[in-house]
Amino acid sequence: MTDGPEPVASSWTTAAVREVEHLGDDYVKLRLEVADRHDHVPGQHYVVRLRAPDGYTAQRSYSIASDPADPLVELMVECLPRGEVSGFLHDVVEVGDELEVRGPIGRWFVWGGTTPSLCVAGGSGVVPFVSMMRYARRMGTEPLLRVVAAAQTRARLPYIDELESYGAFVALTRENQPLADGSERVAAHIYPDELVPLADGIERAYVCGSVGFVSFVGRILGEAGVRSDTVRVEQFGPTG
Amino acid sequence: MAVTRGFTGRPRRGDDDRLPPGQYDTGASWPTLTAELTPHLDVDDWTMTVDGLVDTPTTWDWRGVHALPGSSYFGDIHCVTTWSKFDTTFTGVSVDALLDITGVTSEATHVFATSTTGYTTNLPLDDITGGKAWIVWEADGKPLTPEHGGPVRLLVPHLYFWKSAKWITRLELRDHDEQGFWERNGYHDRGDPWLEQRYQGDA
Repeated sequence: MTDGPEPVASSWTTAAVREVEHLGDDYVKLRLEVADRHDHVPGQHYVVRLRAPDGYTAQRSYSIASDPADPLVELMVECLPRGEVSGFLHDVVEVGDELEVRGPIGRWFVWGGTTPSLCVAGGSGVVPFVSMMRYARRMGTEPLLRVVAAAQTRARLPYIDELESYGAFVALTRENQPLADGSERVAAHIYPDELVPLADGIERAYVCGSVGFVSFVGRILGEAGVRSDTVRVEQFGPTG
Repeated sequence: MAVTRGFTGRPRRGDDDRLPPGQYDTGASWPTLTAELTPHLDVDDWTMTVDGLVDTPTTWDWRGVHALPGSSYFGDIHCVTTWSKFDTTFTGVSVDALLDITGVTSEATHVFATSTTGYTTNLPLDDITGGKAWIVWEADGKPLTPEHGGPVRLLVPHLYFWKSAKWITRLELRDHDEQGFWERNGYHDRGDPWLEQRYQGDA
């Protein structure tokens, strides 16, 4: 059942913040130098823990965007409204700061590089797939990894340029997109027909996004002929 | 570990002694996390089996489990992803009531819980007996929705919530411990939130 990495009894360690890049108000990219680092498998995540002077702590999990061979660990943090941790990472953290981190964690939502797979992301759900894409590129196994990403607008989709250069299928729900053949994709959610050719021949599907997005994609993957027991899910956000 | 420069955190509140370390109060919202697509089960197709090291392996259907003496849990729940939810109410039947019917052999030490999806989780027998675990079909007075594990889920509220397997269909009593789904995938074998047993390797 598990073809992921061997379990590592990860412990807390220190990460030095080497790069901070804000992408508008919605995202901040952090590149970290992790002490005593264990290599990750694409799809895994780190936990970031913040500690106040009175000992209070807050911790959240963030998917890794970087290739395992990258000397730094890259996280892309979506800034949530009133987000205690994401807001701090966006507003306060500077190059040179040190953060407590733990990882890599997770052995289920991972791609080891050999299983023909389809990835479907909603918004910030694209982050673990960026790690998978970068890994596939370095290994020359791009044909084994197809990527679909949905977002309201281009500006709401981190890594959109990298996704497009990889050949990912991008579906915007609130902007029309010019296509290579001169036509236009009218703003709409992913259609099952758009997934059918991408799902052909895959042995596994990964879906990452909000609860509503995952539920929607699960339905249209079924319509596109993907068996539900081949679908691995990572979802976030509250339900109504 | 060192203090994080510039971090003070959210205002502390009187309820903080109800929060295990590293958790936050999610308020009225109830986040969901699953590793699989949510199944939509017909209650007429669902059954609950308790077997393994028991005297009388037993399977209940939807009506049969409702005919057992009902039991409710009122209190807090804690998810390993760091949210806690206060003052929840779940209604169903206690695991003790199921085990009263099946009996438990003296060799049994652990239980292996299985969902209709194939999801599994492992627990020491002591963590599901003595009024600590339920099979529930109602949350806050309403039928449990599919995304929260409906029609029926396991409830073990004193442990992190991945132990409260959604879409529960079987409890197998065993004389040994064997890791379930998240436990094989890096999470702790017991998962006590007050000891912060989140991942393999935590004390």
